[in-house]
Amino acid sequence: MSLVEIIFWFLSGLALISAIMVLLSKNPVHSVLWLIAVFFAISGHYILLNAQFLAIVNLIVYAGAIMVLFLFVIMLMNQNAETEPRSKSTWIKLAGAIAGGCLLIVVVAAVRDSENLIQNIGGKAYAKTAVTTHGEIGLIENLGRVLFTQYVVPFEISSVLFLSAMVGAVVIGKKD
Amino acid sequence: MNNLILLVPLLPFIGFLVNGLFRKSLSKTMTGVIGSGVILAAFAISIYLFLQVRSGGAIPTSVYFDFINIDKLNVQFAFQVDQLSSLFLLIITGIGFLIHLYSTAYMHEEKPEHFARYFAYLNLFVFSMLLLVMGANFVIMFIGWEGVGLCSYLLIGFWFKNTNYNYAAKKAFVMNRIGDLGFLLAIFWIIAKLGTSNYADVFASVKSFTPAELTGITMLLFVGAMGKSAQIPLYTWLPDAMAGPTPVSALIHAATMVTAGIYMIARSNIMYTIAPFTSHFVAIIGLATAIFAATIALKQNDIKKVLAYSTVSQLGYMFLGLGVGAYTGAVFHVMTHAFFKALLFLGAGSVIHAMHHEQDIRNMGGLKKYMPITHITFLLGCLAIAGVPPFSGFFSKDEILVGAYNENPLYYYIGLAGALMTAFYMFRLYALTFLGKFRGTHEQQHHLHESPSAITFPLIVLAILSVFGGLLGIPALFAENAHSLEKWLDPIFAGSHEYTTAHHLEHSTEWMMMGVSTLLIVVIIVFAWRSFSRKERFEENKGFGKVLENKWYVDELYDNIIVKPLNGLAGFFKDVFEKNIVDGAVNGVGRLVQYSSRQVRLLQNGQVGSYILVMVLSLIVIVLLFREQTVIVSALRKIF
Amino acid sequence: MPIHYYIILAATLFCIGVIGVLTRRNAIIVFMCVELMLNAVNLMLVAFSKLHYGTYLKNGAMGASGIDGQMFVFFIMVVAAAEVSVGLAIIVMMYRNVHSVDINFLNRLKN
Repeated sequence: MSLVEIIFWFLSGLALISAIMVLLSKNPVHSVLWLIAVFFAISGHYILLNAQFLAIVNLIVYAGAIMVLFLFVIMLMNQNAETEPRSKSTWIKLAGAIAGGCLLIVVVAAVRDSENLIQNIGGKAYAKTAVTTHGEIGLIENLGRVLFTQYVVPFEISSVLFLSAMVGAVVIGKKD
Repeated sequence: MNNLILLVPLLPFIGFLVNGLFRKSLSKTMTGVIGSGVILAAFAISIYLFLQVRSGGAIPTSVYFDFINIDKLNVQFAFQVDQLSSLFLLIITGIGFLIHLYSTAYMHEEKPEHFARYFAYLNLFVFSMLLLVMGANFVIMFIGWEGVGLCSYLLIGFWFKNTNYNYAAKKAFVMNRIGDLGFLLAIFWIIAKLGTSNYADVFASVKSFTPAELTGITMLLFVGAMGKSAQIPLYTWLPDAMAGPTPVSALIHAATMVTAGIYMIARSNIMYTIAPFTSHFVAIIGLATAIFAATIALKQNDIKKVLAYSTVSQLGYMFLGLGVGAYTGAVFHVMTHAFFKALLFLGAGSVIHAMHHEQDIRNMGGLKKYMPITHITFLLGCLAIAGVPPFSGFFSKDEILVGAYNENPLYYYIGLAGALMTAFYMFRLYALTFLGKFRGTHEQQHHLHESPSAITFPLIVLAILSVFGGLLGIPALFAENAHSLEKWLDPIFAGSHEYTTAHHLEHSTEWMMMGVSTLLIVVIIVFAWRSFSRKERFEENKGFGKVLENKWYVDELYDNIIVKPLNGLAGFFKDVFEKNIVDGAVNGVGRLVQYSSRQVRLLQNGQVGSYILVMVLSLIVIVLLFREQTVIVSALRKIF
Repeated sequence: MPIHYYIILAATLFCIGVIGVLTRRNAIIVFMCVELMLNAVNLMLVAFSKLHYGTYLKNGAMGASGIDGQMFVFFIMVVAAAEVSVGLAIIVMMYRNVHSVDINFLNRLKN
């Protein structure tokens, strides 16, 4: 087992456990913290895939800005394990879990056999692989060039989106 | 020639359209001229066609257009003028014209609008009747068949403000409908079997039917004839049909429409000849009707009812003739009956006209001196129908009875009894109406008068025809080869002659039969004359007489057996079935929708969580479906 | 790494997010689960991006293949940030009105 594989399994395990803990935590603050752990694990994956720019942005935007926002709101409302609304029955939870499980099964089953993901090597079918540890496309230099040439219009439009979101947030959050 | 033939039914139809559409603007004179004129023109063309047939044999079938053309079934709108139909053409248009002429005077009291409506109906009737006899296949005949039924309905209910008359019209229509269903089924059967309804094709391939099929078809056709020609058990509409104006009774319910059944059977004589069971059935029904209606006529007091039952009875004789294979005799009797029964009805109409719509013969009497022409013509008509030689009824009835004797002597004796009854009730009617003293009110007596010439002229013409019409069919007994009608109709009945063996009675037997029947009839006439000419008082009928006066209670019987159970059933359906099951179903649908919508509404519970759950489940389903599709697509790709 | 590993990982994370949305009633947690789902998708996109990069590289194509996937991730982050700002504002307003963040209070759609 190579180092890359060890890191992959570790990060995957971390992501899954943390994600499950997000669900299981009674206290919203704990959920936020677990979620941040998930984001870190995913950022680790990005680095493993040599998508350094996205890894950093993920940390800054999600783990930094968004999660802090969540924390603020939770603390603003003084949420904790006691104020957490309780589900009326376990049936609803069970139904949700089963539905999600079914979704997982069908999605995996649907994607797994896709012909696009199979490659032939020496007459045998292997799954295609994602290139890890190297590849230049994830670097800021390359992304930045594409972003400001090919994707410059969506980029500018996203600024308008931000502006409108900001105005919207202010209008909605304003008292009366 | 084709166009000329087409003109015969077209002229009455034009008359119908003009009179019907412009009934509010035409004057009575114009209406009368148009209504009678078109029939006269049709009569002229009919004479021409008759002469053509006489000189050159049957005119080839004239095809106008495809009436129905579906797959292999092709029904043509075609007319066929041969010996039989040209004879009927003359009867219909000739007598039709006389009756139209008569109507101009008889209906003169009506408002112009109704006067024109009357003539429009009458013209439409003649048109339908012409279609019936001219059609070259059963479908065209059926069109005419339904058309005359409709006109009969319209004309019986002509005075539609009287509810009883409307009931009578409805009764006639419903009764006819029963018969028409049989006719229609027979046509379907023929078409299903042969794929054609042309007379020529059907009669040519008559041997391809199995005996059972032929019996079924002929029975169904006869059911149609029963309805239209008022035979047991569907005869009860005809006496009620007397609600219509008297000329209508003369034209439709005596001379033409009711003989449509005889025409149909005579037309398809070959089918009946090789279906002996049906022939016997026709003979028995005809005989039963003849005798049954005659007994009823003995005790009727309404002048038109007597004539109506007499008509039913005479139609029975015609069917007896058809049943025993005396087709010529039956058609002969149709013709002579058309003359003398139209005459009698028109005479009765003249009397009714003079008596201001009084129809009860108990209130008449002694009209001889007030209405000499009507009296003489009526007397001639009575002698003709009673079968006194040498009047026309004698020859035709004798021919039928001889035919019946050949088949079964019992038929002859019963038929003779019916003929004696005919003589009795006709002379009872004559004596009560024209002899003795006047029994009506003084006011009526004051107004008694001979009818105008538009009424007496048809009477005189018909009286002449009634007296001499029989000479067309002089039996071989008197002179060899003098039966011109038989020779004339020979091509029509030639097919049947192959299957029948000609009987010839001993001349002595025939002389004796003729002599005995004539003697008996004369005795009966004298008896009726003597017993009713001085009658002043009428006592209530008792016992059997009462049964006869009430028409054997057949109407009541039908009422109890058919109408009341049907009403009961309808009541049951209305009260129980309709309320519980139909309404229940309708309301149940509403309630079901309401209930299920209340249940479905629970899905729309406003809980975001449940919406998302549904969303996820839908996603699963979509993915599953999509996956199946990719499998299908890849499988297809492998194949192609 | 075989792409199937990433697919299964991302799908699992996504479904955990779905289960969270379905079972939790705290609006904030639900919202966080939505973010989790977005991240699962992001991970998938990056993995596919590298997959295509490898495929094209092997065929001797230009070196920038697969960069579109990463651009998508970037834009998804942009949208997510905007969404969070508005979403949290809504939650705050809801809390101000009903003094709860229980999504079952948000059943006004029913009427």
